[in-house]
Amino acid sequence: MTDAAAMTEDNVSDPGRRKFLTAATSATAAVGVVFAATPFVESWVPSERAKALGVPISLPIDKLDPGQMLIVTWRKQPIYVIKRTPEMVANLAANDSHLKDPKSQDSEQPAYAQNEMRSRRPDIAVLIGICTHLGCLPKQFFDTGDPAIGTDWPGGFRCPCHGSRFDMAGRVFEGSPASANLRIPPYNFPDAATLRIGDDGATSGAA
Amino acid sequence: MAAPASASKPGLWGWINKRLPVEQFTRSQLLEYYAPKNFNFWYFFGSLALLVLVMQLATGIFLTMFYKPGEATAFDSVEFIMREVNYGWLLRYLHTTGASAFFVVVYLHMYRALMYGSYKTPRELLWLFGMLIYLVLMAEAFLGYVLPWGNMSFWAATVIINLFSTIPVIGPAVVEWIRGDYGIADSTLNRFFALHVVAVPLILLLLVALHLVALRQVGSNNPDGVEIKERKGADGKPLDGIPFHPYYTVKDIVGVGVFLTLFSVVVFFVPTLGKLFMEEANFEPANPLSTPDPITPSWYFTPYYAMLRAVPNQRLGALLLLLGVLAYFFLPWLDRSPVKSVRYRGWIFKSFLTVFTISFLALMYLGLQEVSIGRTIAARIFSVGYFSFFILMPWYSRWDPVKPVPQRVKYHG
Repeated sequence: MTDAAAMTEDNVSDPGRRKFLTAATSATAAVGVVFAATPFVESWVPSERAKALGVPISLPIDKLDPGQMLIVTWRKQPIYVIKRTPEMVANLAANDSHLKDPKSQDSEQPAYAQNEMRSRRPDIAVLIGICTHLGCLPKQFFDTGDPAIGTDWPGGFRCPCHGSRFDMAGRVFEGSPASANLRIPPYNFPDAATLRIGDDGATSGAA
Repeated sequence: MAAPASASKPGLWGWINKRLPVEQFTRSQLLEYYAPKNFNFWYFFGSLALLVLVMQLATGIFLTMFYKPGEATAFDSVEFIMREVNYGWLLRYLHTTGASAFFVVVYLHMYRALMYGSYKTPRELLWLFGMLIYLVLMAEAFLGYVLPWGNMSFWAATVIINLFSTIPVIGPAVVEWIRGDYGIADSTLNRFFALHVVAVPLILLLLVALHLVALRQVGSNNPDGVEIKERKGADGKPLDGIPFHPYYTVKDIVGVGVFLTLFSVVVFFVPTLGKLFMEEANFEPANPLSTPDPITPSWYFTPYYAMLRAVPNQRLGALLLLLGVLAYFFLPWLDRSPVKSVRYRGWIFKSFLTVFTISFLALMYLGLQEVSIGRTIAARIFSVGYFSFFILMPWYSRWDPVKPVPQRVKYHG
């Protein structure tokens, strides 16, 4: 041991040069490690097949009755398509004072859905049916005063996992573990009877 | 000590020992490894954890021979194991019961360390390796829980992976990276299988090895918190120590007997143990369009799950859950008491330990129940109790009126 120590101290003709070479070699190796890690890390991102299966979908909505909800999947996510009754829409404004984010300023949605109804059309609500807390499916409790929740319940959704509550526009109520409103996917109506989920319409229509 | 004479012995034994220190190892680790003579039943759980680890590896390897990862095949292959593979049901129940038994013994093992101050100097690294084992074990249990691809598997994966979405800025990208798709999918299941059967067990074995090496370096603590190495006889052996073999190997075998009796009762008569060890919702295939109602995690995660639910904010809830798990890592530096064992600590520490014990068990219970306003408030109160044990420790452990610690270990009734 002492011999080796003495060697580095005394016998090296140029200690500065050795120090530089050691540092340069280590730095090169570190860069190499980063490059070598790339294929391993990148292999975990969604594959080309997963991406290809995530293209927009179209569905007819003219058969939906007021108060009915249709669940479709897009990109492995349940999409809630709700035909709201005029009363459901009219009741939304009354919820504002009980909501965490009534104006949807801290929630994710396309610009055209950042309004009181959180939708392009007042009657049709399109929501990603994934609780913004930890990803469970909020269940529908559309009846006002549903005994399972409470007499003052204005109608909406409740998550079975951690009890987050949302109104008929997917806006989260105060006292829920979730902090943001239900997300809204990009969508458009190519015609009055068709809903297209996954694209904003305006841009793809022009193309 | 001098090199054992075995290397110079003639014959095969000498030939081997010249090339591999078998005898030297046996002597230093078993025959001449002195452990405190006052171990009580709390000292069974380390060796029991090792036993469960070996059982999980054995049953796990055999389950891998019949299980087929993949969205379309996983659930059916588990049913195949249960119904068609000879003794497949037994292999699976041993493995599922083993997972819960692992946490039972690990929690008792950790609680022993809390009571007797086994995390204090000089055993800080031993404690940290133990806590890393606990963390990795939680990851391993979660990954394994997803593999049968029942509905609870699917939704447990959804909820746990979504915890990462609370990371600021990169959260959503991280979640997508872990899943490999826009939702929990085939890609998620396959990578979880690889992690569960190869990557995480390797890490676990490495950590267990480090835990044992660190234990051999500093020696075991004991119920009196007395360092037996400080009092040695004329022969250089600790006065309060006895050789690990045969004394503790034989004692541990008794513990193994009791443990395996209880374990077999669960495996053969109540493999689901109510809904604690296996949940009914997991006997249905994964369904991305139906969340089980109610959804509860495995019992060993529920204390932290209750904390998560108690906070009406997603990010802060996830942070509290993380802190709840990580708090144990800081114990060696939070505890300022001159005394290790609860036997010689004062009423303040005993009170806080009691509050912690009640809070942990209450949170465990609350995490298994459905949410209600009353239970949420209770979970908040017990979370405060849980964290006060850690956060206030630097003060109360110093003010605690401790009793004098004896120089030698004692026997208590």
